[in-house]
Amino acid sequence: MPYHCIVLAKQVPDTKNITGQAMKDDGTVNRAALPAIFNPEDLNALELALDLRDRFGGRVTLITMGPPAACELLRDALYRGADEAILLSDRRFAAADTLATSYALSCAIRKIGPFDLVIGGRQAIDGDTAQVGPQTAEKLGINQVTYVEKVLKLDGRTIEIERAIEGGFESVRAQLPLLLTVTGTANEPRPPRAKRLLQYRHYTTAPEIAGRIRKQIEQSGRTPTDAEIAAAAAPLVEAAVREKRTLTLWDADTVAADAARIGGRGSPTKVKKIESIVLMGRDLAWIEPNEEGVRGLVKGLVEEHIIG
Amino acid sequence: MSDKNDVMVFVEQNEGQAADVSLELVCKGRELADRLRVGLSAVVCGERLSSLAEKLVAHGCDEVHVAEDARLRQYRTLPYARVVSGVIRKAQPQIVLFGASPVGRDLAPRIASELKAGLTADCTDLQIGDHSEPGGGKEYKNLLYQIRPAFGGNIIATIVCPETRPQMATVREGVMKMTPPDPKRKGKILPAKAAFRDEDFLLEILHRERKEKTVNLRAANIVVSGGAGVGSKENFKLLFDLAHAIGGVVGASRSAVDSGFIPKDHQVGQTGATVRPKLYIACGISGAVQHRAGMQESAKIIAINTDREAPIFDVAHYGIVGDLNAVIPMLIKAYKSK
Repeated sequence: MPYHCIVLAKQVPDTKNITGQAMKDDGTVNRAALPAIFNPEDLNALELALDLRDRFGGRVTLITMGPPAACELLRDALYRGADEAILLSDRRFAAADTLATSYALSCAIRKIGPFDLVIGGRQAIDGDTAQVGPQTAEKLGINQVTYVEKVLKLDGRTIEIERAIEGGFESVRAQLPLLLTVTGTANEPRPPRAKRLLQYRHYTTAPEIAGRIRKQIEQSGRTPTDAEIAAAAAPLVEAAVREKRTLTLWDADTVAADAARIGGRGSPTKVKKIESIVLMGRDLAWIEPNEEGVRGLVKGLVEEHIIG
Repeated sequence: MSDKNDVMVFVEQNEGQAADVSLELVCKGRELADRLRVGLSAVVCGERLSSLAEKLVAHGCDEVHVAEDARLRQYRTLPYARVVSGVIRKAQPQIVLFGASPVGRDLAPRIASELKAGLTADCTDLQIGDHSEPGGGKEYKNLLYQIRPAFGGNIIATIVCPETRPQMATVREGVMKMTPPDPKRKGKILPAKAAFRDEDFLLEILHRERKEKTVNLRAANIVVSGGAGVGSKENFKLLFDLAHAIGGVVGASRSAVDSGFIPKDHQVGQTGATVRPKLYIACGISGAVQHRAGMQESAKIIAINTDREAPIFDVAHYGIVGDLNAVIPMLIKAYKSK
């Protein structure tokens, strides 16, 4: 029996690979300088969906809420095998916390139509909250199973899942429709396929085209006008439409989102303050890696009653 | 039902025993409630909970809402959400705290969504303070400051929920301190009844396997920890020897665990245990941000690494640039002949 899986994914700054280039002189991280990547556990979510499609048939639709640059994530999903990829993008979604994000996603999912499973990664590496999955499930009025490691069985509307719990694991039997959040250890995400890469690499949206043109002009030292960008973009957008190379782009109106519940306006949590963790050496005492140095260290620790 | 504006703690239980993180939160909740001059309440679901409820009173709760039902013996999202949302709606606490365990991280967001409340995950500190809207707007008094790392541990954010109630937060185990209980404390134990629906119970738990942790990292005074630099499962014996000699336990970085050198129970770091021992000896650990997050508040840190530039030296008090295979035996010898 074929199943329709909707995958939730997020493009995130690569917080796990802070290199020298992303470090400012004051020891703090320059977020804008970090490359944007497919949130790792969302790749596991996509893999789980693709695997179910391999085993049972059906469709995989991926959706991401993000800025125009998130097109790269959509293409990546298509390269790996998603049947459709949708970008939910609108300035009015900006500054959304998890409540407002899950609301926007639930509107989009309702627009996508009937589904059997909604599958997301457990958490994103920038916010680290693990909240959007469960909050989206609540808004859709469906049950949730988090920390999914494996789908053991899928038969009609009944699914059996192995999930991680504190200090162990459990297997559960639940009914579709259902939302799953998938852990990073659940599977090995399949890589992009060359054939699909060739097919989808020129897929794009009008805002992405406009963004590229703006960047090109800015790099040559000028600030372009909106009219200039529009004029340069028009033929490229026309070509993309004509050649059926456009990615699906939805905004707040397309998904009938209530303006009061999206973006900063729809977010009950507010960031009061951010402090960068400054990497500073403390008063570090270097100990020589020889018997004498180590003996001195141990003597000092014993004297301070750190070791007995 | 009870006083409005309390501080409330969701208490997780397993086989009738309260989870450590929940007891830590009750202690912190008591402190917050005293600061706000309100009461502290708890909500717990399960079976045969009377002695657990009494323990919660002893740790500081003025009221404990108890939902006892055979169907609640093991955690499931929908029935627990039904109980806890119902208790919150009736009791109207201003703050609700959850442990940031797999249960807490499954349940809290679901409830926050239902109540359209703000929720901050994995808080490492909670304080009470005032807030003004940027641009000289509204003033708020005595909000809960929800303080947490973000961005892979590279920033610390202070979050507030000025308008919505309750203000909800999840807190990691080992972050708040547990204070001793006072058996003389008095409190009210109230039965909580939920308006369950049949579909709340559609999910069945088929099988559950939990292992007792083989090592108690959080209680240890001394942790001897190994990273990728240890090189192999067999070589971890050196660390076990040192730990045994000085009365410590063995910890590990995620890298060592992922490489199969040592089981996950020993993992220290953002996705492992948070520890604050008197002494932390990091052997062959580079000191990635996620590892440091789990040990940087140790009273004394010794780092041993062949790479002088390793970030672990940024948090160490004593640094030894050397091969752990040579240095650890020296430490054992020096200790034995002290």
